[in-house]
Amino acid sequence: MSYLEYNVKRSPSGLRKVLYVNWPLVLLLTAVASVGFLQLYSVSGGDFDRWAEPQMQRYALSLAVMLAIGFVPLWFWRSMSVLAYGVSFLLLVGVEFFGSVGMGAQRWLELGPIRLQPSEMMKIAIVMMMATYYDWLDIRRVSHPFWVLVAVFLIAAPAFLVLIQPDLGTALMILGAGGMVMFFAGVSLWYFGAVIGAGVGLVTLVFASRGTDWQLLRDYQFRRIDAFLDPTLDPLGSSYHINQAMIALGSGGWSGRGFMQGTQSRLNFLPEKHTDFIFNTLAEEFGFIGSVFLLTLYIGIIVTCVIAAMQAKNRFASLLILGIAGNFFLYFAINMAMVMGLAPVVGVPLPLVSYGGSAMLMILIGFGLVQSACIHRPREKS
Amino acid sequence: MKRSPKDNEDSARRISRRAALLGGAQLVFAGVLVLRMRSLQLGQSEEFRLLAEENRINIRLLPPARGVIYDRAGAVLATNVQNYRIVLVREDAGEPREALERLAQIIALTPEDIERAEREIMRHRPFVPVTIADQLNWEEVARVAANAPAMPGVTPEVGWTRFYPFGAEFAHSVGYVGPVSERDLEARENPDPLLMIPRFQIGKIGVEREYEETLRGSAGHRRIEVNAVGREMRELDRQEGDPGSNVRLTLDRQLQAFTLARLGEESASAVVMEVQTGNVLALASAPSFDPNLFVRGISVADYAALRDNDHRPMSNKTVQGAYPPGSTFKMVTALAAFEAGLSTPDERVFCPGYLDAAGRRFHCWNRGGHGRVNLTSALAESCDVFFYDLSQRVGIDRINAMAERLGLGIRYDLPLSGVSSGLNPSREWKRDRRGADWVIGDTINASIGQGYVLATPLQLAVMTCRLATNRAILPRLIHSIDDVEQPIPDQPPLGLTPAVLAQVQRGMWEVSNSNRGTAYRSRIVNTEQRMAGKTGSSQVFSITAAERAAGIRSQDQLPWNRRDHALFVCYAPDVDPRYAVSVVVEHGGGGSSVAAPIARDIILAAQNGGLPALESYPTPQRNRIETMIRTISDQIGPPATPDNGRSRA
Repeated sequence: MSYLEYNVKRSPSGLRKVLYVNWPLVLLLTAVASVGFLQLYSVSGGDFDRWAEPQMQRYALSLAVMLAIGFVPLWFWRSMSVLAYGVSFLLLVGVEFFGSVGMGAQRWLELGPIRLQPSEMMKIAIVMMMATYYDWLDIRRVSHPFWVLVAVFLIAAPAFLVLIQPDLGTALMILGAGGMVMFFAGVSLWYFGAVIGAGVGLVTLVFASRGTDWQLLRDYQFRRIDAFLDPTLDPLGSSYHINQAMIALGSGGWSGRGFMQGTQSRLNFLPEKHTDFIFNTLAEEFGFIGSVFLLTLYIGIIVTCVIAAMQAKNRFASLLILGIAGNFFLYFAINMAMVMGLAPVVGVPLPLVSYGGSAMLMILIGFGLVQSACIHRPREKS
Repeated sequence: MKRSPKDNEDSARRISRRAALLGGAQLVFAGVLVLRMRSLQLGQSEEFRLLAEENRINIRLLPPARGVIYDRAGAVLATNVQNYRIVLVREDAGEPREALERLAQIIALTPEDIERAEREIMRHRPFVPVTIADQLNWEEVARVAANAPAMPGVTPEVGWTRFYPFGAEFAHSVGYVGPVSERDLEARENPDPLLMIPRFQIGKIGVEREYEETLRGSAGHRRIEVNAVGREMRELDRQEGDPGSNVRLTLDRQLQAFTLARLGEESASAVVMEVQTGNVLALASAPSFDPNLFVRGISVADYAALRDNDHRPMSNKTVQGAYPPGSTFKMVTALAAFEAGLSTPDERVFCPGYLDAAGRRFHCWNRGGHGRVNLTSALAESCDVFFYDLSQRVGIDRINAMAERLGLGIRYDLPLSGVSSGLNPSREWKRDRRGADWVIGDTINASIGQGYVLATPLQLAVMTCRLATNRAILPRLIHSIDDVEQPIPDQPPLGLTPAVLAQVQRGMWEVSNSNRGTAYRSRIVNTEQRMAGKTGSSQVFSITAAERAAGIRSQDQLPWNRRDHALFVCYAPDVDPRYAVSVVVEHGGGGSSVAAPIARDIILAAQNGGLPALESYPTPQRNRIETMIRTISDQIGPPATPDNGRSRA
């Protein structure tokens, strides 16, 4: 059994685990979440109850979930990987048939009082699955075409299901996260070169499909791409949002217009100001300094994770941590690029800052796995 | 999977290498993000700041207070009054239907009003205040205010609206305002942005229209902060506009009221002028209408009643009505002849009751004939044949020139709507407009103010002023603007030979003072108020042979709209004249029987500065006159208050 390779005796147990929690990571996560509380308080016009308070409650709950996951030994999570992936995959299939339609896309399942977003679950499950896969696979075979093909299938199948929901942002993140684990696992760079080449081909194909009856993206997604490519095209239509978002961001200047002084967000010119575009409210009110500060916190989280991955000395743990971190990077990188007009608006929230419970819970579940790896890292006896 | 230590090391090394590679790529991407932030937030922040300001700041115009219009003595003819209205804000009021039905229990709202208001409410965004009821009186407003706790979102508001305290008296001269129409906007090259304000009102006729720019003033503005859906969040600053200028007219409210009341039910008009200055003291066109109806938005029924009335209440007959002046034109013919030296005032002409000329017989109004007449008796008795005879010698050219000298055929530049130039016919005019040559018969008709000649009551009053002063008096209606007095127009001498003019004036004096004068019954007995005048009865249709055969001899027997117009012009006192009056009663019958008594009462009222005095009248008439004056003085009320009526939005 694979769990035998973990030396239980040398891992902390009981309450001693609290000492081995990766506290710098908790601190950085809380710092980022606090930026979110501050901005949610600001964009609600000083109404604490509206967004800030529920967000704090969710963060507290999610943090508890993270620690709970962290206290469970990593071998348990490794053994759960296939199950998590399988369940998520089945739910993704189920959502195609029984899913509720919201925001023009099939994205969730109503299971009694719980609203399940299988695509969110898959973001974590894909990392767990791929880390387990490469931990199981003989190192010498990672670049073998067959085993690469298996990995590609494991990633592409759920990504395809998410894409046809249609949720382009999440599909990209699943592809990205899975691909990153493959990269860390040491799959030959030639494959990545080939995939990038194929990706370029795919983009060409997607654009070629426009207006035909086998159109690969929904009209609104094409319009968002158009708005991105030329924001002046239709200032009151599809590109209104991104234009207003850029105005908010740009008008912040060096040090911003001051806390709760952002006119674009306060007067509702900024769309989705508490969710996808919350970064713009920060940029408007705290300027370049505030924007770079948040970006630095995010990079801090990534760096902390990379350090933890280097210390892990365990293939599964390292791949898992790097995969979670890569996933997290994709989150904020896509969101920031999108709200700054560098990428199409694909509907990816700013992790831990945007208002919303489901994404926050999934992110902290991911970091719970990181914590589990950190806590249960084999240590020298002192 | 169990791995050898070598494999484990190999794995760790490979992971570290790949992590460093991808971490580097991530840092590069983060660097790109920072560069993008720098470019947007540091490089282009000025542009974006400007765009953000454009988003949030709106400029709203503040309508200025419209100038007040006064009469010569300072009585207010047109002013702005507070207008109470009820506005409803949907987001505060809840279900509009229920709110409106609650409101209907407090103020009068018909089901149609509720229907319309509901539609209006649903058309706007929920925070936009919609006017439910307009022109409310204070009591209704107080009731709504008292019930405010039970009716959230329903609030009384104060606005300003135009009000004419004397109602119908100044409807034609002062005019009225109304909402800006599409046509108003099209007619203007570069319309004042104020005109785009909903419910903004501009002058539609009369002084209100002609002095629109003066009265309107200039807009102020306030800068407000709005949110993305246009809701006002707060006011940033405010600059009040300049109120419009106040305009003082030469009209005299008392005299105007008396004049209009004296015209009574007739379709008639009268003009009173100061002969020395040309100041117009009264401009009455009867019947009139209440201009306040138009300000509130006139109902279809009210408008139809005004439009279909055969007495044409909406027409300002004093300047728009062009009538054949009839015998009031005879002074023109006489002066044309004497000034040309073609006749002398002493020359006598025999009137057999007709004159044969150009193969036609021209009748005198007195078919029995006047016998031998000279200028004075011809004017006094209004002998037509005398003027037929003069006109054949004088010719139309001289008559035309004299008419123009006396102020006929001229369009006076008064701030009134539709000012007519009348018609002072000439050979050229007939050739251009009628395509025919002038014939002697035309001259003979023109000599007694028939045929092509047309004059407005204003022109007749100006002519009378000129006859009384021998100066080129021009009418003046605007006394001052913002207390800056407007100059009296130049009054160059007319240059009529004084002796000749004196004879004409003598003839006019005899009209109302000699017992053979056509207006002797309308004489004034106290010598210091006596008037000199001239009657006129201008034919609209001749009595046809058929009617004559049917026994119709007099005007009374004809249907109203076929009767002659009755005219009278006069000035008084006879020495050092001060006032001139012209009266035209459409289809009134005879000038002496209908127009002259009206003109006498009006000119006495002008001279008394109030009501005519009984001792000015011949003793036998005094009982009847006393009743008449009492009736009229009862009609002249104090200024109205704005609460007399209301209409809804």
